[in-house]
Amino acid sequence: MTTSTPSPTAGREVAARVVGLSKTYGQGEAVVRALDDVTLDLYAGEFTAVMGPSGSGKSTLMHVCAALDSATSGEVLIGDREIGRLHDKALTLLRREEIGFVFQSYNLVPTLSAEENIVLPLAIAGRKPDRAWFDSVVATVGLGDRLDHKPNQLSGGQQQRVAVARALVSRPRIVFADEPTGNLDSRSGAEVLELLRASVDTHGQTVVMVTHDPVAAAYTDRVVFLADGKVVDELRQPDRDQVLAIMARMSDAGPGGPG
Amino acid sequence: MIRAALKSLLGRKLRLVMSTFAIVLGVAFVVGTLIFSDTLNRSFTSLFASTVGDVVVRPDGGGDAPGGVLSTRTVPGDLVGTLAAVPGAARADGMVNALGVYVVDDEGKPIGGFGPPSLGANWSDAPAGNGLEGLQIAEGRAPEGPDEVVLDAATAEKSGYDVGDTVPLITTDETANLAPTLVGVADFAEGGSLNGATYAAFETAEAQRLFHEGEDEYESIWVTAADGVTQEQLLADVEATLPDGYEAVTGDEAADESASDLLEAISFLTTFLLIFAGIALVVGSFIIVNTFSILVAQRSRELALLRALGASKKQVVRSVQLEAFVLGFLGATFGVLLGIVLAIGLRALFATFGLDLSGQPLVYRPRSFVAAYAVGIVVTMAAAYLPARRTSRIAPVQAMRDEIALPEESLRNRFRYGLLLALVGGGLLAVGLTDVLGLGRVGWFVGGGVLAVLLGVTAMAPVLAGPFLRAARALYERLFGSIGNLAGQNSLRNPRRTAATASALMIGLTLACTMAIVGDSAKASVDRTIEESFTGDFVVSSIFGGSFSASIAERVDGVEGVDAVVRQRSGFAEADGDFTVVVATDPESLERLGVTFVEGGPADLTTGTVLLGDSYAADRGLAVGDDYVLDAAAGTVTWTVAGTVETGALLAGGVIVSIPTYEAAGYPPEDSMLVVYADDAASGLQDRLDEVLADQPIVTAKDQAAFAAEQREPIDQFVLIIYALLGLALLIAVLGIVNTLALSVIERTREVGLLRAIGVTRPQLRLMITLESVVIAVLGAVLGLVLGIGFGVALMRAVRDEGLEVISVPFGQLGVFLLLAVVVGVLAAVLPARRAARLDVLEAISTQ
Repeated sequence: MTTSTPSPTAGREVAARVVGLSKTYGQGEAVVRALDDVTLDLYAGEFTAVMGPSGSGKSTLMHVCAALDSATSGEVLIGDREIGRLHDKALTLLRREEIGFVFQSYNLVPTLSAEENIVLPLAIAGRKPDRAWFDSVVATVGLGDRLDHKPNQLSGGQQQRVAVARALVSRPRIVFADEPTGNLDSRSGAEVLELLRASVDTHGQTVVMVTHDPVAAAYTDRVVFLADGKVVDELRQPDRDQVLAIMARMSDAGPGGPG
Repeated sequence: MIRAALKSLLGRKLRLVMSTFAIVLGVAFVVGTLIFSDTLNRSFTSLFASTVGDVVVRPDGGGDAPGGVLSTRTVPGDLVGTLAAVPGAARADGMVNALGVYVVDDEGKPIGGFGPPSLGANWSDAPAGNGLEGLQIAEGRAPEGPDEVVLDAATAEKSGYDVGDTVPLITTDETANLAPTLVGVADFAEGGSLNGATYAAFETAEAQRLFHEGEDEYESIWVTAADGVTQEQLLADVEATLPDGYEAVTGDEAADESASDLLEAISFLTTFLLIFAGIALVVGSFIIVNTFSILVAQRSRELALLRALGASKKQVVRSVQLEAFVLGFLGATFGVLLGIVLAIGLRALFATFGLDLSGQPLVYRPRSFVAAYAVGIVVTMAAAYLPARRTSRIAPVQAMRDEIALPEESLRNRFRYGLLLALVGGGLLAVGLTDVLGLGRVGWFVGGGVLAVLLGVTAMAPVLAGPFLRAARALYERLFGSIGNLAGQNSLRNPRRTAATASALMIGLTLACTMAIVGDSAKASVDRTIEESFTGDFVVSSIFGGSFSASIAERVDGVEGVDAVVRQRSGFAEADGDFTVVVATDPESLERLGVTFVEGGPADLTTGTVLLGDSYAADRGLAVGDDYVLDAAAGTVTWTVAGTVETGALLAGGVIVSIPTYEAAGYPPEDSMLVVYADDAASGLQDRLDEVLADQPIVTAKDQAAFAAEQREPIDQFVLIIYALLGLALLIAVLGIVNTLALSVIERTREVGLLRAIGVTRPQLRLMITLESVVIAVLGAVLGLVLGIGFGVALMRAVRDEGLEVISVPFGQLGVFLLLAVVVGVLAAVLPARRAARLDVLEAISTQ
């Protein structure tokens, strides 16, 4: 924690907590330790970036936190619920009620219009969208009259903004974004990041984002650095240069190349 | 969620159409068959209702002669007056009915003849039961003396005769040829028709002269109820005065009896068509399983996304099941429409065979539509069940990954289940074919066994296909280089899919191949039996397979160069509930006919005795001296077994009596076959025989080769009809291949783009897809041929005892099937290959 600035974490509510989390693949000689005893608090109302070189375990960490994958040992709490003990049905409900996703490749349903994609999580849960909330989400997404377009009629940036709206519409406790700008040019990427930033600032949304990109990381409140399945560093109120500096240091020290 | 499922369906319209096609065809067959058979029922029920009186009086047991033959027993004419005087009767009319009165048209060809009967009758203006008018003179007048005749309107029109013309008629009694003047045309006042039967009516005395040798007697008497008297009341009155030996039934009962007898006799048609509906649906469900497996595989990422967004396993499975439901519903709806068209087509088709239902509008009963939707939806949902279930194994995390492999059950397990199923099927088949357990219901065992073997082999197919596909790959590589290699690899990439697609083709070809063997063996058997048992030089027989006038024998005997003529007669009977054919001939001619005696000799065949085929007698535990009881035309008769003979073909199952015995049992004095022996030096006999038979176009003289050809013809026709029906299964299978290939191309868009980017030309791409298609088709054909030969040979072995002794496998024809499979493969690839070739390279590569 060499470059961390003192911050008022004490007063913050914790949205998700990871305690002693380990995840291994394979057995015996071929064992791969994707996560190695990670302990981490993710604070509510904060925009957190998880960074690290390829194979550092950042995606695995996110999948486990988001109840998409299970841990080998350790605990994950969403709110105050330990998800390791939950069965499929409860996990399904948890994903439905508490978690939103944004994927690198948008993952919109190609046969549904933008609007239908946005309300899909509500449709799955059998809920009616709260019109005012839906309108405000759509307004921030800035799609205008393209709401009835199919995904293949939208640009990558537009598709990803639809995906962000989809993640926000059910007002989840926490939104996980997996390299949301990975497939986008810098301008579209900036729009998506601003959208995520705005959801944190105006609605107090908790967002956790996995990224390679120091520019993207600079939009966040906090950056957590992972290497070899361990949390190795952390930045608050990061800027691009600080992030680059840490990453350069990590790539000098670690066995893996820069991400 | 429901909306998402429906949208997903609509987003794939072409695929929808192709997957639905199988359902549409299967349902159409079901609906068409049901509508047609209801129409048939309604038509015959109304026909028979207008051809009975309020009460019908006839000889005892007159309603249940075996095989629908008319017995020679009659009701005396003086009973008519007695019955007319019965309290509730308004009138009584005697009815003369005869079969085998053929109308010859103005070009010398007999009208009808196959199927519907050629009726002769006395003209009567008696009203039909329940106040129906029945047949009425529509044009001209009723016949009033000898040499006058009335025809029904349809026959008059078909034959081209107008009132005033002379109508040549052929009868099966002694008279043989008639040429009365057409004085009137009769039609049903209430509409309706004779369904293709021909009807020639004479004045009563003339009819009795023709059909009853001038005796005043009738086949039946119609008693008409007075106003306000019900059929039941009239029946009671009639029964009170009726002498012994006669029975009375209400018209309703008599009509029901006739209709149900006839409908039972033609119910095999409905069964037959429904079997093909079943085949279409089984083949179709293979396609649906495959389509849904591919759909689910392609959409697994989308489904994983839904899971990640909080959809439960149940919701995901249900969304796929909902798609299946909608597909089944749509398929059933289109199937119903096509089925109605099919029913119209069937009506037209049967009209060309003589069963003319044009007077009867199609009958739509609710159960036809209920059945359509039940079948369409149940089959689709059942076929989609496993693929839908598999979606529950998709983990939400897979939404994050690029390539998803759906977890599938191991091929080894699948092979084991398949093997087990195939063995069970083989067992069922063996039980059904040999009937060792004596369970009866043979058809169910055989059908179930065949289905189980087919499903078992389908389950094993991915494993069985392995070596075949690898060999094909190697061959392709040698012939077509790296493109061939790629095509071979593609077919190996998903052996399940390749095998399932091939299986649909396999089913059609298995059945076609079985039929080819059955047909060929039957023809070979016919040839062999005719060769072994054809003793004369010529045979004279009816082209309709029925009987003909006994006077023909005398004519033929008088032809120059004819040494001897031996008559044969045959009629239906029932012994212990089994249909039997009784053959009658002259005992002195038996040895000349090639009959070999096991016990007894020709001299033992006297009046009241019978010769039985040795195996027939052994099966029934009958020995010489025993009584043999059977239901003949005029009721139960008891004959003494006088001897046994080796079972030969011309003598059918082997129940042989003398001609007097036959006539005493109530069969009409008509011949069904004449065996002609020529003088040694006779030449040009065929021409002289043809000449003497010229005015009898219903009979022909044939030498051995022509007779054999005539006997083979119905077999060929039958096999052709079955091929035509199996063609539908083939069509469904072809669409299955198109479907699979099209989906594979979509799935591999990126890869296709890549191939194009590195320099694969469009023709090469098309070749690659065509090769893949051909290997699927040939795999299906090979599996089908192997199974078909197995089934065919097993079937023929099982019926060896029943006179079909030769097993013949038509390898040439099977080779044609294989070639056909290659053509099918090439054709199926046309559209998918074009689609692949047309892909824009850049877009294809960037597709994810």
